[in-house]
Amino acid sequence: MPSSAAPPSLASRAVGSRRPRKMSMWGTLAVNSFALGGLLFLLSVGFSLIFGLMRIPNLMHGSNFLLGAYIGSSLVLKNYGFWWAALAAAAAVAVIGGIIERGLLRRLQGRELSQVLLTLGLSFVAADFCLMIWTGDPMQPPAPPALRGAILAQGVAIPYFRLAVLAVAVVCAALLWLLVERTMLGAMIRAGVDDAPIARAVGIPVSKLFTFVFCLGAALAGFAGAVGAPILSVYPGLDSEMLPLALIVVVMGGAGSLTGALIGSFIIGFLQNFGQVMLPDLAYVILFVPMVLVLVLRPQGLFGKVVP
Amino acid sequence: VEETMTIERRGFLKGAAATGAATFGLAASALAQAAPFKIGLLTVKTGPLAQGGIQMEQGLLTFLKEKRNTLSGQKVELIVADTGGNPAGAKTKTQELIERDKVNVILGPLAAFEMLAIADYVEQNKTPLVAVAAAEDVTQRKTNPYIIRPTCTSGQCMHAVADFALNELKFKRAATISEDFAFGHEQMGAFQRVFEEGGGKVVKKLWPPLVTPDYTPFIAQIGNVDCVASGFAGSNPVKFLRAYADLGLKAKTPLLGGWTFLDDALLKSLGDEAVGVYSASTYSAAFGSESNKRFVAAMAKDYSLLPGGYAAGMYIGGQCVEAALAIAGDMATDGTAFANALRKIKLEDTPRGAFTIDSRGNAVGSVFIRRCEKSGSGLANTVVKTYENVSQFWTYPAEEFLKNPVYSRDWPAAKNLE
Repeated sequence: MPSSAAPPSLASRAVGSRRPRKMSMWGTLAVNSFALGGLLFLLSVGFSLIFGLMRIPNLMHGSNFLLGAYIGSSLVLKNYGFWWAALAAAAAVAVIGGIIERGLLRRLQGRELSQVLLTLGLSFVAADFCLMIWTGDPMQPPAPPALRGAILAQGVAIPYFRLAVLAVAVVCAALLWLLVERTMLGAMIRAGVDDAPIARAVGIPVSKLFTFVFCLGAALAGFAGAVGAPILSVYPGLDSEMLPLALIVVVMGGAGSLTGALIGSFIIGFLQNFGQVMLPDLAYVILFVPMVLVLVLRPQGLFGKVVP
Repeated sequence: VEETMTIERRGFLKGAAATGAATFGLAASALAQAAPFKIGLLTVKTGPLAQGGIQMEQGLLTFLKEKRNTLSGQKVELIVADTGGNPAGAKTKTQELIERDKVNVILGPLAAFEMLAIADYVEQNKTPLVAVAAAEDVTQRKTNPYIIRPTCTSGQCMHAVADFALNELKFKRAATISEDFAFGHEQMGAFQRVFEEGGGKVVKKLWPPLVTPDYTPFIAQIGNVDCVASGFAGSNPVKFLRAYADLGLKAKTPLLGGWTFLDDALLKSLGDEAVGVYSASTYSAAFGSESNKRFVAAMAKDYSLLPGGYAAGMYIGGQCVEAALAIAGDMATDGTAFANALRKIKLEDTPRGAFTIDSRGNAVGSVFIRRCEKSGSGLANTVVKTYENVSQFWTYPAEEFLKNPVYSRDWPAAKNLE
C-alpha cells in the first residue's frame, strides 16, 4: 500500500503560536461547571422529589435517564426537532414510570427494601432491554442546528449548546418552584413530604400524588437524558454512571428540596470540573469527599428537613 | 436456540461416551471423528462492553458460516459464553467452558482485566486460548504457552502512530490523554517512548477515569501542543471527540490514536468531529485481501454493518484455529499439542493480511495508519501508510525490550512535562 505524505497544512502547523491558555482554561471550566450543573439538576431533581415524598430511593432513575436519551436520540436521528424529541422522550419515560408505580411499586407499599430491590432489578431489565433495541453501539445525536458551534470570547470557547442546557435547566427549576411553592398541587406535595400520614388524614389524595410525582420524576430524568445526549453520548452503562451523580446531589442537597437539588447540582458541576484539574490525583474521590462531609456534619443534607 | 442445542448435544455426547465406554474404548478413534472440535467463545453480550463483545460473536459466526462449521475437515461446534465484562464473570464462564463443556480451544475474552483473571487458570487446565485483549505482559514478561494473540498488544499500534507523528507529520510537541487503566497506560507509554526517542516531547499526560461524564475539564488542560495522542476505547471516543470539537480544538490540534480510538465499527456513531483523526490499527475494513472482501461483504449482508477490530479479530481467531487444526491433525484435542500448533501457524490471506506468531505468542504483521475522511453520507478510515512486519517490540531487540518494565503510568518517566 502506498504511503502518502501528510497534508501540508498539518505539517506547517507544527510551529504554532504560543498564547496564554491559563485564563481561557479557567473560563472554560467555569462555564462548563454551570452547564454540567444544569444537566445534573434536571437529572437529580426528580430523584429528590420521589425520595422526598415516597421515601423510595428509585434506583431505576439512571435507567429513566438512559431510556430518555435513547428515545430522544432515535427521534433526533430520524430528523424530528430536537426539543420535540426531548419532550416526547420525557412523555414516554413518564408513561413507563406510571406503569411501574401503579403496577408494581404500589403492591410493595411500605416495604422499602422490597421497593429498592424492585427498582434495582428493573434497572437491569431496562439496561438489557436497551441493549436489545438499540444494540451496544454508542449514539450521539447532533445538537440542534441553531446551537452548534461555540462563542469565542477572550480565548474561551463556550459551546452554545451547553449554554442552552443551562438555560433550559434554569427554566425548569423556575417552573418546578412555581409548581411546588405556588400551586395547590405543590402545597399538597409539600404536605406529603413533610408528613404523609397526616396529609392523608386531612384528605389529601397522597396515593394519586405518589403517581404524579413518580411520573414527573421519571419525565424529568428522561428529558435530562434526551437533552444531555449530544454532550454525554448514549451507550450501555450510561445509566449506572449517572445514578451515583443523582445520589450524591440528593445526599448533599437534601431529599425533597428543590433548592437543595439546584445548589447540590452546581456544587457537583464545579467539583467535577475544577477538582479534576486542580487535584487530578483525587479524581476518583473528589465527588465523594464532600458528600461524606455533609453526611457526617449535616445528615439531612444542606437544605433538607429533619424527618421526624 | 444455542442453549437448547447445547443441552441436546450434551445429552447426545453422554450417550455417545457411554457407548464408547461399553465397547472398551474400541470406538475411541471413531468417536473422536464423530465428536466435533469444540470452540468456546468468551465474549460480552450484556453491560457496557457489550458493543465490542457482540461484534466479536458476529465476526466468529461469519467465519464459521463461511466454512460451514468445518475447519480443516473437522466439524466444529461453537459454545458462546457471556462474561458480563468483568473478571469474576470471565473466571466463572471459563470454568464452565473448560470443566462442563470441555472445549478444545477458547477464543476471547474482550478486556485485559478479564484476560489477566483467567490466564493462569487456562494454563493449569492446558486449554489453548486465542486472545483479543491487549495486556502486554501476556505475551511478554509473563508469557503463557497456551495463549496466542493474533491481534496486537496495547503498544503495537501506538509505536507506529508515534513514528508517523514524528516522521510524516513532523510533530514535535504532544499531549497524551487516555483512560486511567492498564490499556490506556500501556498505549500512552508506547507512544511516549517512540515519540521521545525520536526527538519529540510529550509535555502533558492526562488520565481521565474510565467513567468520566464529561471530558471538558481534561481537554481544557491540553495547552499548546502540535498534536494529541489518545487511546480511548469502547464508547468513550464518541464522547471525547464531540467535546474536543465543541471546545474548538479540532481545527487547531490534530488527534492521533490507537485502534480502539477510531475503530471502523465506531464510524457510524460519529460525525464531522472525527474527520481528520489519524488512527493506527492492525485491521482496516478497507484492506484489499480476498478474505477481507468476503468478510466485509458477509458482515454487511448479515448484520448490515462495517466490521471493526473486534469482529475481524474473531474472524482471524477462527482462521488461527483452522490453521492449527491442519498442523495438529489427530493430536488437536490434546491441549498442549494444539497450543504448540497455534504458535506455528503462518497465515497468508486474512482480513488483516499475512502475519505470523512470534515465539512469545503475539502476532507480527502490518499496522495501518488511517485518516478519517468523509465518504458519501458517512465516514471512512482511509489508509495513508502501512508499516509492514510490525512486532510487539517495534524496532527494539526483544531481549532489550523485555529488560524494561512493562509500559505504565510511570514508565517511561515523563521528563518533559510542562
